[in-house]
Amino acid sequence: MNTLTIARAELRRIFLSPLAWAVLAVLQLLLGFVFVNVLFEFITNPYPGEQFGAADVVAGQVFGFATILVLLIMPLMTMRLFAEERKSGTLTLLLSAPVSLVEIVLGKFLGVLGFIGALLALLALMPLSLLHATNLDLGRIAAGLLGLALLMSAFAAAGLFVSSLTREPTIAAVGSFGLLLLVWLINILSFNDSIPFGEVFSYLSLIDHYENLRRGVFDTADVVYYLLFTALFLGLTVQRLDLERQ
Amino acid sequence: MDSEILIEARGLSRRYGPQLAVEDLSLTLRKGEVLGLLGPNGAGKSTTMKMLTGTLAPSAGSVTIKGVSMAEDPKAAKQALGYLPEQPPVYGELTVDEYLDFAAGLHGLRGKARADAVVSAKADCGLEAVGGRLIANLSKGYQQRVGLAQAIIHRPPVIILDEPTVGLDPIQIREIRSLIAALGRNHSVILSSHILPEIQAVCSRVMIIARGRAVYDQPVSATAGDGFDAVEVGLKRPPADSALTAIAGISGLRRLDAHRFELQCQRGEDPREALAAAAAAQDWGLFELHARSRTLEDIFVSLTSSDSPRMAA
Repeated sequence: MNTLTIARAELRRIFLSPLAWAVLAVLQLLLGFVFVNVLFEFITNPYPGEQFGAADVVAGQVFGFATILVLLIMPLMTMRLFAEERKSGTLTLLLSAPVSLVEIVLGKFLGVLGFIGALLALLALMPLSLLHATNLDLGRIAAGLLGLALLMSAFAAAGLFVSSLTREPTIAAVGSFGLLLLVWLINILSFNDSIPFGEVFSYLSLIDHYENLRRGVFDTADVVYYLLFTALFLGLTVQRLDLERQ
Repeated sequence: MDSEILIEARGLSRRYGPQLAVEDLSLTLRKGEVLGLLGPNGAGKSTTMKMLTGTLAPSAGSVTIKGVSMAEDPKAAKQALGYLPEQPPVYGELTVDEYLDFAAGLHGLRGKARADAVVSAKADCGLEAVGGRLIANLSKGYQQRVGLAQAIIHRPPVIILDEPTVGLDPIQIREIRSLIAALGRNHSVILSSHILPEIQAVCSRVMIIARGRAVYDQPVSATAGDGFDAVEVGLKRPPADSALTAIAGISGLRRLDAHRFELQCQRGEDPREALAAAAAAQDWGLFELHARSRTLEDIFVSLTSSDSPRMAA
């Protein structure tokens, strides 16, 4: 219950800031541009042999492009969560209230999930607008959206953690961007044969698990990977806040 | 003195790295008391308050609120507390109503109780007129009131206020003080300040903290009306010092300027009448004569400026 109270306040504050609206607007503009481009490409030059449907091409490419964009915007959305509260002294309100650290962290995380939900809803409208024009593979689109949702929650959890480390929102943004990009690119190591355990690095990379879902392959292992990643960073955030009291 | 103990802190210490901010500080707050924590800047007042409110874990020692240990059951302990930190913890982008509604929700109030709490806290803090305004657009004084309203919204038995009048103009200070005095009638309050008159105006008991230790802990009444130990006298034609110290009851003398003297009195003696009679008889030209009681300020200065001894009691 406390968690929901905090989540509601957090969501309200996210949407009271112009940042959320600006981010959604820019994202929608860019994705809309890509969507229209891909769509025309598909119409004028359909893949031979009908191997790929509209959902594969349109949703797949738009969602693929979206991953890069959310990598850029999630640090911006999470940077304020704790850093700004610490800077303005409002964190004390939460810490002195009869709520646990877990409730605080979960509340903030759920607030960001609300934003992620809004973003995904806007994003889903694009492929779904083709519904009456063609036969869409809805399962494929759902898998892509689910993948994006998981990817963004993982980003949000990592950003939440980095935000709890500092009192400067901008540093939190830079830090979480660096962290995310690092975990994203860690699979580069697996391309180099001289590095041992290359497979492991490939498996740890944030992006490889998304590829399956984007292609419409639902594998429990991928979903669990993101859930574990998210839980790990939420746990670290709780630890970090507890350490701060000591 | 046998009323219910609301806060009991024992042997609180807090280190920041090698620096000892608070050392072995014990404190009790009883029902109906307004306790003033007084100390120079950096004495450890804020650190003490943070430990009392559970936002900072003590390096050693324990805090119990209404018999509930802060370390073992922080939720229950915090429910009995309202805390206004030095910087009011307000969200500028929310309106006063939204913010207080959130604060009430954080303290577990739901539904109608929550709406009622917001209305009554606003009424107590004089915020009825600004409920719909963004906190960021309010003056510092009003933001402070919003912070206060947040601290009392769940009607806690104990309210902890960290320098509630800092940064306010004189009129706002008076308003906040009278507000605190009003709160003191129904709640127990701990209030920190480095402003002496503030403590004297609103507190029933004062604790002086210097260099992280409690060096004084007495009711405010102990500092007032408790006799006096010096007399200040002004003479147009002062005699030799020996003529003054010869008067019964006077033990020492200090010249303030050419015409004014501070005369130390022997304990329990009142030399004023004898002094006036002598001045009239010998035509010293008496123009000023008053007793100087030991004020909170004297106590404060003597305890905080020197290497003072630990609190005896």
